[in-house]
Amino acid sequence: MTVSACFVWFSAPYQARRNESAPVDLDALAGCLSSSACLVTQTTSGLIIGMLLFLVAVGLTLIFGVLKIVNFSHGAFYMFGAYFAMTAYQFTGSFALAMIAGAAGTAVLGLIFERVFMSRVYGADVLMQLLVCYAFVLIFDDVVRLIWGPEFKSMGMPAAFQVMPLFIAGGVVPPYYLLLIGVALVAAIVLGIGLSRSRIGKVIRATAHNPGMVSALGINTGLIYGGVFALGGMLAGLAGALAAPVRSLTPGMGFSVLIESFIVTVIGGMGSIVGALVGALLLGLIRSFGSLGFPLFTEGLMYLFMVIVLVSKPTGLFGKEAA
Amino acid sequence: MTRTRTPGISRRSTLALMGAGAISVAAPWVARAQAKTIKIGMPTILSGRVAQLGTSSRNAVMLEVDKVNAAGGLAGRQIEMVIRDSKGQPQEAARVARELVNTDGCEWLIDGEASSGSFAVHEVARDLGVLCVHTCSEASSLTADPKQHIPNAFRCVRQGIHDSIVGGSYAASISKAKGLKKWATCSPDYAYGRDTTGEFTLYLKRFAPDVEIISESWPKLFQPDYTEVVTKILQAKPQALYSCLWGGDLTSYIDQANIYAMFGQMEVFAVNMADYTALTVVKNLPKGIHSGNRYIKSFPSTPENAAWGDAYKAKYNEYPTNWSWQNATAVMFLSEAAKKANSTDGKKIAEVLKGLTIKCPFGADGTVTMRGDDHTLVGYAIGWGTTIPQEPYVPEVKAGDWKTIFELEAEWKKSKGYI
Repeated sequence: MTVSACFVWFSAPYQARRNESAPVDLDALAGCLSSSACLVTQTTSGLIIGMLLFLVAVGLTLIFGVLKIVNFSHGAFYMFGAYFAMTAYQFTGSFALAMIAGAAGTAVLGLIFERVFMSRVYGADVLMQLLVCYAFVLIFDDVVRLIWGPEFKSMGMPAAFQVMPLFIAGGVVPPYYLLLIGVALVAAIVLGIGLSRSRIGKVIRATAHNPGMVSALGINTGLIYGGVFALGGMLAGLAGALAAPVRSLTPGMGFSVLIESFIVTVIGGMGSIVGALVGALLLGLIRSFGSLGFPLFTEGLMYLFMVIVLVSKPTGLFGKEAA
Repeated sequence: MTRTRTPGISRRSTLALMGAGAISVAAPWVARAQAKTIKIGMPTILSGRVAQLGTSSRNAVMLEVDKVNAAGGLAGRQIEMVIRDSKGQPQEAARVARELVNTDGCEWLIDGEASSGSFAVHEVARDLGVLCVHTCSEASSLTADPKQHIPNAFRCVRQGIHDSIVGGSYAASISKAKGLKKWATCSPDYAYGRDTTGEFTLYLKRFAPDVEIISESWPKLFQPDYTEVVTKILQAKPQALYSCLWGGDLTSYIDQANIYAMFGQMEVFAVNMADYTALTVVKNLPKGIHSGNRYIKSFPSTPENAAWGDAYKAKYNEYPTNWSWQNATAVMFLSEAAKKANSTDGKKIAEVLKGLTIKCPFGADGTVTMRGDDHTLVGYAIGWGTTIPQEPYVPEVKAGDWKTIFELEAEWKKSKGYI
């Protein structure tokens, strides 16, 4: 008996009702896992989804870890990064400048946003912080609508990447996605080393642990908070800029990414950078292989996985227990 | 003996109040009947993800209304459009439609809503008995289902079933010529995506019975990333792919599939590709995507259609959409009906609209007809062709045969129990 036959009882009612593909196709999944070509293609597909998610989620988790703020408006920085990159690309024709514009523009925006608005609600109730963030989700969407218009836009793939995909062990891997994975990986390594080894990294961690003591030592914690927010915004902006050549740009585009980023941070553990990386990659692979084995339940798989993690380890895979 | 009055409102006062109420309720209608202008209400989507379509509907209506007003108006009355945003929410569309009639004094409605909102506005038209022309909903059942039929509502829109018949027939001919037997589908996971894909494959298999659907993908509406869908389709190795993704979802999908060189590995049939909203946004439009016509100024290939597209672009600095031509056609129908009826009375206009044929830049033979038995638009230009990356984007469109469409539509209606 084939594995799919085991699921006939599950799929039959759906097929009778809607005459569509079965919700579970474990034969396809097993077939893929036994084929190097499929394995390479789907793994890289998962890595691409995961790495972009990581860049957004790591900013979210960093801001939460240091500022203790759940930045609900974080998706807007992803959106601004994409729009800044598209505009820079239109004016300069340079892909590198477009990426820099996306990252730097959102860093500046993050700094201003934190200093002018968020810094005023640090001591406030969580509900107040969420309301301020949500208000800015709407405001930022309207700002984009006013500047760039309500219709969707496309940046277009730079000519350098309009090439045939690479074939690795029979699997298809587009060169642009290799660049995307590489950039995200470098960002992860720099961030990891920077926070654990550098002096500023130690100050940031100290601020997260005991801001009063850091302030008493003569360090400007406001600057640290602003810098962390700018860094988080920059990473989300970089993700948006990297996604701009392959995703359509619309006001509100940050929202769907934000939801998945929250799932990543919950799975990985709020405040944990390694957790964000592992969570994002796991989510990417679930989407990639889930679309083969569970075509009608791919989204559900992500949430199911989150529930399993939360039940077995409520603080997330790499989250620390509250002291 | 003195007569004492019980506390409260006297009979005389009650009568006076009722009289005053009746006058105040009736007054707007009296005023309306005598007004020089005729107000036409239009709920449409002016904010949110598909605001561009609503805006293009409003633009097209205003383009035509200006012409009608310049020519003397409707039976001597100037048109005043009252256009409101429904935000794409059915309950809001119904509320706005009701308010337009009851509060703003609109005598007719042009319903610029997508399918979900159109059914809600349709119920308002049923309730209030106001003349209503639907201009955006492609859901076939809106007029095909006799349960939906009301004498005062018409649909001036292309129909999903018409597109599926023409698309299925066109795809089958390509399929036979190129030996495309293994097909995959990739459409958005909601009613439009499911229904349109189902109808397309139904007619594809009818015209080419040896076709087999080997893979189906149903990404979420407005999904940002399609990588796993693209790679899944590549794994299935189909010879052809059908998709009814649209707007930003379609352009994202094309950008992401492009870097996997997917378009070189299979024939792609994307029914919503040939619309300027998508054609002008995709930077690296692959050559040879098969698409149905949405709005293209080169199809029908007539000076009238090209002139209309250019006039729209000159006024609004962008090309029209599929919703634009449908809304423009609605105003053309209403104008012609008012001329024939020499009146703006909704009931008289509805009577004239039934079976009315008018000259129209978007007609397959230069005319379009409002079919009398189900109050729906027929005879519009409908066809499929292949894309090129620059204007005219779809240089040659193979026109659908309306005789075949009518035959198969009647058969489909029978199968659904509509006739």
